[in-house]
Amino acid sequence: MLVYIVKRMLMTLVVLLLVTIFLSLLVQIVPGDPARTLLGPRATPELIQKVRASMDLDKPAYVQVGNFLWKVVHLDLGNDVFTGVPISRLISSALPHTLILAITSLALAVLVGIPLGVYSATHPDSWLDRLLALISISFTTIPSYVAGLFLLLIFAVKLHALPAMGLGNEGDTLDYLRHLTLPAIALAITWIGYLARLVRTSLLEVLNETYVRVARAGGLSERLVRYKYALKNALIPTVAVLGVGLGSLMGGAVFEEIIFSRPGMGTLIFNAIKARNYPMVRSGVLIVAFLFIFANFLADLAYTYLDPRIQINKRQD
Amino acid sequence: MQYVEKPTNRIGQLIDRLPILSDVLRQPLGALGFAIVFIFALTVIFAPVIAPYDFARQDIPNRLQGPSEQYWLGTDYLGRDLFSRLVYGSRIALGTAIPSVAIALSVGIFLGLIAGYVGGVLDNLIVVVMDSLQAFPSIMLSLAILALLGPSLTNVIIVIGLTWMPNYARVIRAQTLSAREKAYVEAERSLGATDRSILISHILPNVIAPALLLAAMDLPWVITFEAGLSFMGMGVRPPTPSWGVILSEGFNNIFQSQWPILWAGATLAVTTLGFTLFGEALRDVLDPRISGTRGL
Repeated sequence: MLVYIVKRMLMTLVVLLLVTIFLSLLVQIVPGDPARTLLGPRATPELIQKVRASMDLDKPAYVQVGNFLWKVVHLDLGNDVFTGVPISRLISSALPHTLILAITSLALAVLVGIPLGVYSATHPDSWLDRLLALISISFTTIPSYVAGLFLLLIFAVKLHALPAMGLGNEGDTLDYLRHLTLPAIALAITWIGYLARLVRTSLLEVLNETYVRVARAGGLSERLVRYKYALKNALIPTVAVLGVGLGSLMGGAVFEEIIFSRPGMGTLIFNAIKARNYPMVRSGVLIVAFLFIFANFLADLAYTYLDPRIQINKRQD
Repeated sequence: MQYVEKPTNRIGQLIDRLPILSDVLRQPLGALGFAIVFIFALTVIFAPVIAPYDFARQDIPNRLQGPSEQYWLGTDYLGRDLFSRLVYGSRIALGTAIPSVAIALSVGIFLGLIAGYVGGVLDNLIVVVMDSLQAFPSIMLSLAILALLGPSLTNVIIVIGLTWMPNYARVIRAQTLSAREKAYVEAERSLGATDRSILISHILPNVIAPALLLAAMDLPWVITFEAGLSFMGMGVRPPTPSWGVILSEGFNNIFQSQWPILWAGATLAVTTLGFTLFGEALRDVLDPRISGTRGL
């Protein structure tokens, strides 16, 4: 077990390293000069040269990669070219809002999706199960930005029931939550549908296993069998995808942040792209990718802990 | 003697000849999916016939109108017919999705075959690169590359192709690994066949089916991905009527008219639902072993 965890940790570090190298090499691979695009067509050659030097673009590729890695390891992402503010400060003020949005959405998905899946699996082929099947597959397929726009249209623009923009008044928790509601629901919808389907499939599978039938034959109550024995095992795959879920919700949050004008990593990266500020884009994407990798790593650990069989399976792959 | 009546109508005969399709159509959700995909295909083919107006024709006095006899679904902020724009948008959706998936598929097959067949250092290298590409949330990887390339239809196709490619490389690699050990490959090798001919004429035909199925199931995701990028202004540029562009223009005028968002959103949602229902029914028929759900 320990060997596996250490191995997995080393793999994660290698991927982190590669992701960082990839992002710093992207400038080399993709045609164009980020300094020139950043400054626009009227910039003087001296200014372009200065900005190129500040972005390390005048040095050979391996020096660029080395410098970037060195800075990332020291948690120094440099200063923003436009404002001079340290990029790390901009990110640390944006990141919590994205994390709150992603975690709230994931919690919503768990609280709604899992009970729906359990109901479907315990009432297979009932009319409600069929209806839920259609609803959950529609939820998984509706793009999160369409869900966001529809919610915005209905609850903010038409009904004026919930606020449409921003984070709310500073220090007012209730107001913050009111502003969080619509984006969190919009972001959660896909995962509500996905978890409902996943739990239904895995619970149905477990309910047909021998040990469940033995427990039933032994006279244990259906309630005990279903919720204590079967559900516990059926939720293992669900736990495994939650880490992936958190990561992908952090990526998907960009749409909800734009639609609901919420500050966060998504809007930070989006505005940086519009301003052609590549160093900022690179740092933002790097941080989101780090968190994504970290969430996947945690999910993997949780999975190994819950289901020790996984190690043997992995070795066979 | 019992006389069993054969279906005599022509559709029945046609369905009989296509056993896979008839199995799909027997499932209610599969049939619904097929119907949506079929209508979508007809729309793509007959767009100029179906659309009552040119998608760029402006009618400023009638801007941001609701549905009417003249404009069935209403008009956008330049008075352009929403129905015609959505109809032509189907061509953009498919015209982006197919080349993107084709790029992902062909590069993925190439890398997957090499990694699985050659093995060793090259295999490890390819796997590590695929791992690090997949370590990004796909939207972030696309945004990082588009930030450098700049938004355009071609760039979106390239970026989506690159973002989706590792999935295919993985599937093909895993299939190749197991096909490599099969007796018929051993036999070919002992008869003196070259690696190239083994790969192309024996391994490829045996490993390609799951990747093709994956490609079919990926089409709706790619369509929504392109529309999402275009919605952010990072994909297809206006005035091209991508569904994402229509949504984005609707978003900018959300307080004046809800119709552009409503129709474009519904079109996207129904299209992806149709493709997914059809794809899942198809998968269940073709390969009952891999049932269940797929993530994002």
